[in-house]
Amino acid sequence: MDPATIQMLLQGIVDTLYMTAVATLLAYIIGLPLGVIQVVTAKDGIKPNRFVYTVLNVIINIARSIPFLIFLVAILPFTRAIVGTSIGATATIVPLVVAAAPFIARLVESSIKEIDPGVIEAAQSMGASPMRIITHVMLPEARPSILVGSAIAITTILGYSSMAGFVGGGGLGDIAIRFGYYRYDNTIMLITVAILVIIVQIFQEVGMWIATKSDRRK
Amino acid sequence: MSEPNAIIRIENLEKSFITKKNTVTALRDINLTIREGEIFGIIGMSGAGKSTLVRCINYLERPTKGKVFFNGLDMSKLSRRELEKTRQSIGMIFQQFNLLMQRTTIGNICFPLEIAGVPKEEARKRAYELLELVGLKEKDKAYPSELSGGQKQRVAIARALANNPKVLLCDEATSALDPKTTRSILALLKDINARMGITIVVITHEMRVIEEICTSVAIIDDSRIAETGRVDSIFTRPQTAAARKLVFPDGENQAKYIGSRCCRIVFEGNSSFEPVVANMILACHAPVNIMFADTKDIDGKAFGQIVVQLPEDTLTANKMIAYLQEQGLTAEEVQL
Repeated sequence: MDPATIQMLLQGIVDTLYMTAVATLLAYIIGLPLGVIQVVTAKDGIKPNRFVYTVLNVIINIARSIPFLIFLVAILPFTRAIVGTSIGATATIVPLVVAAAPFIARLVESSIKEIDPGVIEAAQSMGASPMRIITHVMLPEARPSILVGSAIAITTILGYSSMAGFVGGGGLGDIAIRFGYYRYDNTIMLITVAILVIIVQIFQEVGMWIATKSDRRK
Repeated sequence: MSEPNAIIRIENLEKSFITKKNTVTALRDINLTIREGEIFGIIGMSGAGKSTLVRCINYLERPTKGKVFFNGLDMSKLSRRELEKTRQSIGMIFQQFNLLMQRTTIGNICFPLEIAGVPKEEARKRAYELLELVGLKEKDKAYPSELSGGQKQRVAIARALANNPKVLLCDEATSALDPKTTRSILALLKDINARMGITIVVITHEMRVIEEICTSVAIIDDSRIAETGRVDSIFTRPQTAAARKLVFPDGENQAKYIGSRCCRIVFEGNSSFEPVVANMILACHAPVNIMFADTKDIDGKAFGQIVVQLPEDTLTANKMIAYLQEQGLTAEEVQL
């Protein structure tokens, strides 16, 4: 393999990791509070609010039901308005965040719902405010499960980022599509796929390891 | 109505839950006064509404009607913040302990202190004192998953006492524990009550818990208070069917089966060390009613006679006569 190809693949790895990392981080900044709000405002939540719950629930469901590839194209004008371009790794982060945030909201919601309601009731009996219950009971108690969810989220976002190659999104997916799909260069396609598989494995294993390590229930 | 030392007063409380199909009334016409420093038991079968009642005391459940006064404070008039503040004076422990699984023992006990805004160092110091009080000093860095049920409940008790509450609510606190651990937890609660003067409200479905620690008791049956009073008087003179059912769990049903057939048992020098009648009841699994007894113990030998009313069931009655005859006694059916 010539140095130029290797250089290109390395750049692909960097772009992919950059997109995945930044998109995951931003998606959590949006998705985590949304997930918390879903739990808190639910009928049996600590601050039930039917209106907020229903509206958010519908929005999350709609966003989750749109295939990522369509999302990617549909929000191109929005992407251009935010980052000034619709091509490249940075531009791909926008649709990644928009698509992943509702998904993360659901992951967080289900993680928090795993907590024994009795523990939350106990906190209420001690006079804990709803905000303290969120920050000191829900999130810490759900931490191992939220970490497991984040391993799932990061690998899913990595997969989405590869699809962005179809619209010139940069990264390994872009390389695989340009060389493998348009030019029938199977070697490069296989290499990029192999690299993607390895990255997913690493993220998944490390994520699970941290989650298990942080769980005090053994 | 208002007593000077009443710490909790419940007036005409009603609680109903609205489901999709209908409205379920969990509690109605509840009037209760719990005095400062006593251990008050609330007993009832499962589903009687006792867990809902205890949650109305600290307003985890808002009553549909009626009022709850804590230390003279009308709970319904409190703002959210005032309610949170008031709850710090009402500790609560649960059947499933409800400890924070991701925090150590000390971390769990510090939690209510964090809520109350106690500085970190002071909170840790207090937490260690409490851990010593419940006898788990060496388990300070253990996580709940590393503790036994009894130990978890001890941590929960320490946590509930952290903010020096006036009242401790115990919701089926020993129902998930074995009899030996139950006794040790009850002893701890009794000790806490005696030493710190904390009023304890015990919710249970087990009569032995009431027997063991309570001074007063309210019996809840079918969403209402069937009977309330001092434990000793309820035990000796239960007034209602619900109370009798709890005091004599099997007694009432069997009493109906006593028939009109009578049997005279004659003792002519059998060993008086042998509890003949009691053994017969155990062997035949049915009670008898002693109508008349005149026996004497002379040098370890029993003389005299006892007349008992036999069970209505012919088979059991015949079995009893046969049993007695087998023991070498004269047993004959008589008409009274």
